[in-house]
Amino acid sequence: MFQDILMLGALFILRIIVPLLLVIGIGYSLLRRLTGVKLDFSPKFVTGVGLVLSCWAIAAIALILRFTNGLGAITNLTDEFPLGLWIGFDVMAGAMLGGGAFVLAGLVYVFGIERYRPILRSTILTAFLGYALLIVALLIDVGRPQNILMLRPVFFFNIHSVLWEVAMCVMFYTTVLALEFLPALFERLRWKRAWQIVHKITLPLVIIGILLSTMHQSSLGSMWLIANGKLNDLWYTPWLPVFFWISAIGVGLGMVTVESNLSSRAFKRGLEQDLLASLAKFNSYWLGFYAIARLADVVWRGKAYMLTEPTLMTLLFWVEVGLGAIVPAILMSQPKIREHKNALYAIGAVIVVGGILNRLCVSMFGMWTYTGPVYLPSIMEVALTAALFTFGGAVFVLLSRLLPVFPKEETALTASGD
Amino acid sequence: MTAQNNQPRTDGSITRRQFIKLSAATVGSVVIAHQTKTRALAASKVSRDTAPAMLVDLSRCIGCGNCQRSCAEANGLAPTTEQAQGLNGQNFTYIKKVELEDGQVRFVKRQCMHCLDAACVSACPASALHQTPEGPISYYPNRCLGCRYCMVSCPFDIPRFEWENGLTPEIRKCMFCYERQQEGELPACVANCPTGAIRFGTRSELLAYAHARLAANPDFYVDHIYGEHEAGGTAWLYISDVPFESLGFRTDVTTRPIPAYTWDIMSKLPTVVGSMAVVLTGAAIATQRRKGHDPDHNVPPWEREGEGEPIEVKNTQSDQGEG
Repeated sequence: MFQDILMLGALFILRIIVPLLLVIGIGYSLLRRLTGVKLDFSPKFVTGVGLVLSCWAIAAIALILRFTNGLGAITNLTDEFPLGLWIGFDVMAGAMLGGGAFVLAGLVYVFGIERYRPILRSTILTAFLGYALLIVALLIDVGRPQNILMLRPVFFFNIHSVLWEVAMCVMFYTTVLALEFLPALFERLRWKRAWQIVHKITLPLVIIGILLSTMHQSSLGSMWLIANGKLNDLWYTPWLPVFFWISAIGVGLGMVTVESNLSSRAFKRGLEQDLLASLAKFNSYWLGFYAIARLADVVWRGKAYMLTEPTLMTLLFWVEVGLGAIVPAILMSQPKIREHKNALYAIGAVIVVGGILNRLCVSMFGMWTYTGPVYLPSIMEVALTAALFTFGGAVFVLLSRLLPVFPKEETALTASGD
Repeated sequence: MTAQNNQPRTDGSITRRQFIKLSAATVGSVVIAHQTKTRALAASKVSRDTAPAMLVDLSRCIGCGNCQRSCAEANGLAPTTEQAQGLNGQNFTYIKKVELEDGQVRFVKRQCMHCLDAACVSACPASALHQTPEGPISYYPNRCLGCRYCMVSCPFDIPRFEWENGLTPEIRKCMFCYERQQEGELPACVANCPTGAIRFGTRSELLAYAHARLAANPDFYVDHIYGEHEAGGTAWLYISDVPFESLGFRTDVTTRPIPAYTWDIMSKLPTVVGSMAVVLTGAAIATQRRKGHDPDHNVPPWEREGEGEPIEVKNTQSDQGEG
């Protein structure tokens, strides 16, 4: 027994800790050489990095177990409850949080509102990383990822399947996002010809991106319409796809606020406060309309009595609609509040949390009425999700150091960070 | 929307209004599309009358377990001596023992219901679960992604997943002994039922037989054939002398074919997306005209005169200076 533990410990250090340290060491020296970033090893920084790395280590173990012993070994999923956190959070919420990119790209390219351009590129990068990690999460979640890589759904297509349509749209849209972001790379490399080619096709790409987004953002909602009689009536409505599309835009714009504030703090750069405030003004109407539509839908279907029942589902509904849409809509309609930097940041965070809760309610909690509360994610599932999330954050930081993601400080900035 | 071409492009408020209008137009078109009730296209081309079917008379089942054991044998599943307590990767059917409130006992055989318009078939993104030309729902493992969306879609919670298999887990369920049927044999369970509780035949013939039996014994049987209308009609039919809800059957299952619930939405996407494409292209052309021709538009930022190097990263320069 003791020997086993010793052996496991040795293997753990040899196979996971050592390679991780190597990767980090090489990565850090490369980063320093390329960008001149020096890290200050303050206790706060070391704890943060330590937490993230231990999360990545757990995720690495989880991954090995998943591909050797099956999904049952690391998840709490069962035949009763087959889809869980990875679908609810990584896929459903991940796509929603990338919703800001198609809205901003449309505003700038299709409607020619140039003043949003300074925050466009970072939004597209956020969305691209979100979608790329969504695909990674999906490849871990599905039982036979090799059949996705062998493009089985392309050859054996099924146009009746919502999931098929979502898969196709996500695949193409991730490519579109990559192409929309490529000019940043070509600017860094100074590849003139490549830059011009991508530049020429940007407008059609943006339009295709908006169409693809509309299709899959709504279809992520239609997906659950097949669970007739299983999903709780507070969420099961033929309007679910429309609500998903509306909230993808509202929450996507909330995410733009959060991401701008986070990067402003992390990189000690200025903040495009006036742009965020003008987006917030639009978003207050948008989320207000969304909240009214959500409530009107419940009443219209004759389920108004459910809104006052003392159940967990009712509580979740009110937290999700009230906190995620009604309260932010009211707060953002006040000019004083939306022009206050930290207030808008907090409201953005609340919108994002409310939006995530909405997706989790539709895909996980809302099913509890039918199955009973049989599923909560396991530690491994949470660790893997957290690892993907922090990995995305790390890649964002890295790319925004290496490539011209944010505009030069002198232009288009009004308020400076802190 | 194009009427406002002449507005200066710096005026954000007008264009935002345009944007809101466009959004309203899109939502509106979804509304219109939703209200035009189009009948869902039936995915299934199988004849509902001649599809192979089963009729289970729950009043005749004695719970011997022969069906389950012969099923395991016919499908090469793990043999058991005990009766299974649920479905899993090695049990495509099992007999649920139900003790009623008045002390009576009933045995309920459960397995895939083989819906005529199956939710799982419409849900499968890779056509791995498919309906055979005759009607039974079969499966190609080498197409399956293991996404488990079929399990979410099934109104009877039938498909099972191999949770302990790392790379080649399969969806497991009763395939109606399709290969045996092709060879002219009966499905294993019905061939080994000693009491005649299960009957095999075409669906129309079994429905006629069941209706006749209900009509002949109206005091004995519950006046309901479970599966005649449930989920748009299933190939497995049940009749019973005690109410179905007391036996654990889902009696709230819709009578509409379940694929229709998503096809309602899916079939409208081309209209919505097509009209959106037209509006967006129009708006883009209007924007291009309003902006006029920019001679510099195809010049990369680092070559533009008078603007210096607008989006060069500062850190890079300082680093190069350092190194």
